[in-house]
Amino acid sequence: MHFGPHLLLAALEGLVTSAVLALTALGLSLVFGVMRIVNVAHGEFFMLGAVLAWAISTAISGHPAIGFAAALVIAPLLVGLVAFLAEWLVLRRLNYNPESTIVATIGMLYIIQQLALTFYGPEARPVEPPFSYRILLPWFGYSGYKLSVVAASAILLVITWLVLTRTKIGMIMRATQYDRETAQAFGIPVERVYAGVFAVGAMLAAIAAVLIVPISQAHYLMGQDPLLLSFIVVIIGGLGSLRGTVVAAVLIGLSDGIISMFFSPTLAKIIATLVVAMVLVFRPQGLFGTAPR
Amino acid sequence: MADKNGFFDLSKTTLSRRTALKGIAAGAGLALAPGFVRYSQAQSSAPIRIGFQSHRTGIGAAYGRWYEKTSAAAVKAINDAGGIAGRKVELVIEDDGTDPARGAEVVNKFAKQHKTDIVFGTLFSHVVIGSAPAAGENKIPYFVVSEGHHVASTKLNRYVFQPGITDVKSQIQSMAPWIAANAGKKVTQIFPDFAFGYDHRDYLPPALKAQGADVIAQIAIPPTESSFTKYFPQIPAETEVIYHVMVGPAVLTFVKELGEFYGSQRPQLFGFMDSLEATDINSPGLEFLDGSHFWEGSPRYAQPDDSAAQKAYRAAVGIDDNGAAVGDPKDVSTASHMFGCWETLYVVKKAMEDAGYKGPEDRAKLVEATEALKEFAEGPEHPQGPKTFNGKIHQCFGIQNISKVEGGKLKVVHKTKIEDGLYEPEGDYTTQAL
Repeated sequence: MHFGPHLLLAALEGLVTSAVLALTALGLSLVFGVMRIVNVAHGEFFMLGAVLAWAISTAISGHPAIGFAAALVIAPLLVGLVAFLAEWLVLRRLNYNPESTIVATIGMLYIIQQLALTFYGPEARPVEPPFSYRILLPWFGYSGYKLSVVAASAILLVITWLVLTRTKIGMIMRATQYDRETAQAFGIPVERVYAGVFAVGAMLAAIAAVLIVPISQAHYLMGQDPLLLSFIVVIIGGLGSLRGTVVAAVLIGLSDGIISMFFSPTLAKIIATLVVAMVLVFRPQGLFGTAPR
Repeated sequence: MADKNGFFDLSKTTLSRRTALKGIAAGAGLALAPGFVRYSQAQSSAPIRIGFQSHRTGIGAAYGRWYEKTSAAAVKAINDAGGIAGRKVELVIEDDGTDPARGAEVVNKFAKQHKTDIVFGTLFSHVVIGSAPAAGENKIPYFVVSEGHHVASTKLNRYVFQPGITDVKSQIQSMAPWIAANAGKKVTQIFPDFAFGYDHRDYLPPALKAQGADVIAQIAIPPTESSFTKYFPQIPAETEVIYHVMVGPAVLTFVKELGEFYGSQRPQLFGFMDSLEATDINSPGLEFLDGSHFWEGSPRYAQPDDSAAQKAYRAAVGIDDNGAAVGDPKDVSTASHMFGCWETLYVVKKAMEDAGYKGPEDRAKLVEATEALKEFAEGPEHPQGPKTFNGKIHQCFGIQNISKVEGGKLKVVHKTKIEDGLYEPEGDYTTQAL
């Protein structure tokens, strides 16, 4: 294959990775930013979204698009509920202590993963895409669904940005993030905000998973890679910065696609991790983060 | 208050932390002490205990589940017919997480704690290679169902056997003539980047060369990869056949993305069933496979010429004519490999009875009795087909199936002969000390 088409394919693949990564990492970044909690179980909420998407889409007969649409609405809501309960049952009891919550979310990671193995099983199961249009380029074919994932993710990111910057809920969240005590003094129900943010963070991961599951199947171990990449993105982009998260996700996704196609996937991971190390050394607050006061 | 003495109030009891710790330590010591496990001195009536190293979790979990089902069915059949030398057989299952380090731990646990008679059942080649030294150190016979070439390469040790499934080198050698004659002469190989994939990488090119065909590109893919399109531009345009063998949970994505990349103008495809084990070939996105060919160890779909033994085996394991669990058509089996568990357990039975095996003290005799085996006739104990066994390299040789995807099913179009897969032994385990 010639260089041009080769690069195009690499960029397309990178964009799909970026799109899913941006949503997942945004969820992690919100929780990280507002609650100061390192949610190690974030990848498992992603996995749970995919597994539920499979369950919902197989339960509904008819055109695959109906099942997929139902999954896109119901799966994130269920995952949000699980996260809400986890927050109420576990994190709140630990007073959101940073060290304890890391250990607690590691525990949640294993519990969710093993429950999925017990009730869903070890198989990778496919979800039918809502439509299967193959875009025929002169050099190769490409999945139309993959491109629609990029579009859907972009729309969702814009919506999240609007909610955060233009609504009262967004303002309350930002106030809590900025200074918890002052926010509480102004009558903001901080605990409720925390519960909500934790649920929304998990829902973003679940939405990303529902979008990706027609491309790569639902499997109980699928949460590991997104977790690692999300941490990389959040560290590079900066804590709680939406813009930073998106820029870093596109950067990591594209470089992963292009480097792994022209060189090797391992090199792409090495470079991403190296970038994280460099960012931590020279700009610990991330590219777009604000330095702690 | 009824509880006047504070009996139920833990804060008032005299149990100090130190006492509690002592108690726990003593209990743990007792549990670990030798002789704690029952039947450490095997009696003639005690059951024969087979340690089953199972991939219950990790990337091999789908295989692990079906390996357990098949082994349980074989053990039931053996016990119903009187057991091994009149003794009942019992499986002791431990999860190895499809991980080599844990695999070695599990073998140690079987040898030292459970004191099982043998260890059995491992599939993934990296786990076999990681566990084999532990089996050798403990001098416990280790019967694997892995299909890798590592056992036959004689690079492991005298305690490792593979009598129930053929190895990759033999499989490739017997199928190469068919590939060169029917699929094409310019072959691109796609394989997983670990031991099992390397067997394919190393043995296919010479086997094809002997048939006048060439491997023009080799693409290694990490076993944990979840997206594959990025590898496809490496496939040369002049490729006539794509030879694919993939493992792990993302195999379906692999085939789907290959379909999106090529559409209907694809090269010929020849795959190892490993690429689609435990996966329904009628899954969305796999229409692309129609007309392509697969290697199968034992056919997934019932064939018109199935023997009575094959039918009985399928019924005993509980798979229907489509190779899925009876009652759950979505639960597709790993039919191509799991028959090896059934056959291996019958080889163990034969060897134990030949050796007059009484207990762990007879393990060396069991090794020698297994090495003395020569052939296994097709029948209820060996439903996949007849096999020969080479005691010097601890490896069996058998027939291979080449199946075509047709109308949403796999139809066997070619069966190789045992002789097609024979090769010069690379060493001799029997020269090693026991």
